[in-house]
Amino acid sequence: MSKVKLATVWLDGCSGCHMSFLDMDERLLELAELVDVVYSPLVDVKEYPEEVDIALVEGAVATVADEEKIRKIRAHTRTLIAMGDCAITSNVPGMRNAIGPEPVLQRAYFENASAQQQIPTEGLPKLLRTVRPIQDFVKVDVYLPGCPPSAETFHTALTALLTGEPMDIPALTRFGA
Amino acid sequence: MSAENDVRTLTIDEQEVSARPGQTILEVARENGINIPTLCHLDGLSDVGACRLCLVEIKGSNKLLPACVATVQEGMEVSTDTERLRRHRRTILELLFAERNHVCSVCVSNGHCELQAMAQEQGLTHVRLPYRYAKFDVDASHDRFTADHNRCILCLRCVRACAEIEGAHVWDVMGRGIDCLVITDLHEQWGNSTCTRCGKCVQVCPTGALFEKSKIGTERPKDPQFLPYLNLMREAQ
Repeated sequence: MSKVKLATVWLDGCSGCHMSFLDMDERLLELAELVDVVYSPLVDVKEYPEEVDIALVEGAVATVADEEKIRKIRAHTRTLIAMGDCAITSNVPGMRNAIGPEPVLQRAYFENASAQQQIPTEGLPKLLRTVRPIQDFVKVDVYLPGCPPSAETFHTALTALLTGEPMDIPALTRFGA
Repeated sequence: MSAENDVRTLTIDEQEVSARPGQTILEVARENGINIPTLCHLDGLSDVGACRLCLVEIKGSNKLLPACVATVQEGMEVSTDTERLRRHRRTILELLFAERNHVCSVCVSNGHCELQAMAQEQGLTHVRLPYRYAKFDVDASHDRFTADHNRCILCLRCVRACAEIEGAHVWDVMGRGIDCLVITDLHEQWGNSTCTRCGKCVQVCPTGALFEKSKIGTERPKDPQFLPYLNLMREAQ
């Protein structure tokens, strides 16, 4: 039997969900028997593959590049999992929504910059007016809330998904967990 | 017939129960170990039916009734956990999350918030409605307490505790619909209000909307249990 193709994606989040994923520790070895990690910040693949079975997406959609990415991911993924509160609620990245992106840019590139005060226009994608959860853009198949979801949550949910067993997500995790 | 013998018989979730006239459906359900979810209800305060989570179905009626204020009737057949009710409860919670900014991960009440726990209990893993991302003020003018309107669900427990228990009635409500806010005095800053500094509102607040500066956090949950005790003492006087 060929292995399940697994991708993990990092949009606007703190990488804490990925850290928690890695906290599965030795259970990652069992997981590696069942899946191939075909795309992830943890592996050196630049292009999202044509066919992915399961994608774990961390982070909210905050830039034009995030929006392009999440649409592309959806088009090439069988089961899309929203991983953590940023992907599901926009969470901390979404806290700028009430004031808009300008004060944030002002703070980062002027008030807090000691040299070369300017807003970068090259190499960095444009910020969207509001940071939004991924389900505002694409269909999500599984929601795993938590900030971050625990390693236990990842292990139980992924095991259930790989074996086709039913899973009771609210029993495992919650917003802010 | 004496008052002790004046009993109403009804069924809640097909369980036969008896009640005294004037008792609410919620009271009778809880006496009989039947859980009806609530957010605005708190033992020791009057009920206002603000959150609508306790809506129940009554056989023969199309109307859903809030169990915290609806009183029992002879022969009533009450259902508390149907698919329709579960759908409504879920939507109510989603509306609460979408209306203000409940960012659990950075909230002082993360881990001991009644809204957060209720969302989990009702199986909420995401909100299907678009978030409003409206701007709300944080009133930190009081030297001991803070009011963060981003986290307020307008349960009005603070208003009732202040008026009914402390007898000060500093908290009240202004505006309607999504513009509704709990306010101190006539919208004075909390620090400049006639607040008696008793802190009851903070303890009864189900979320991180009202909190004690530098104290309430993951390490120190709130304690709304003092209310029934206070009432008991008052009755004993």
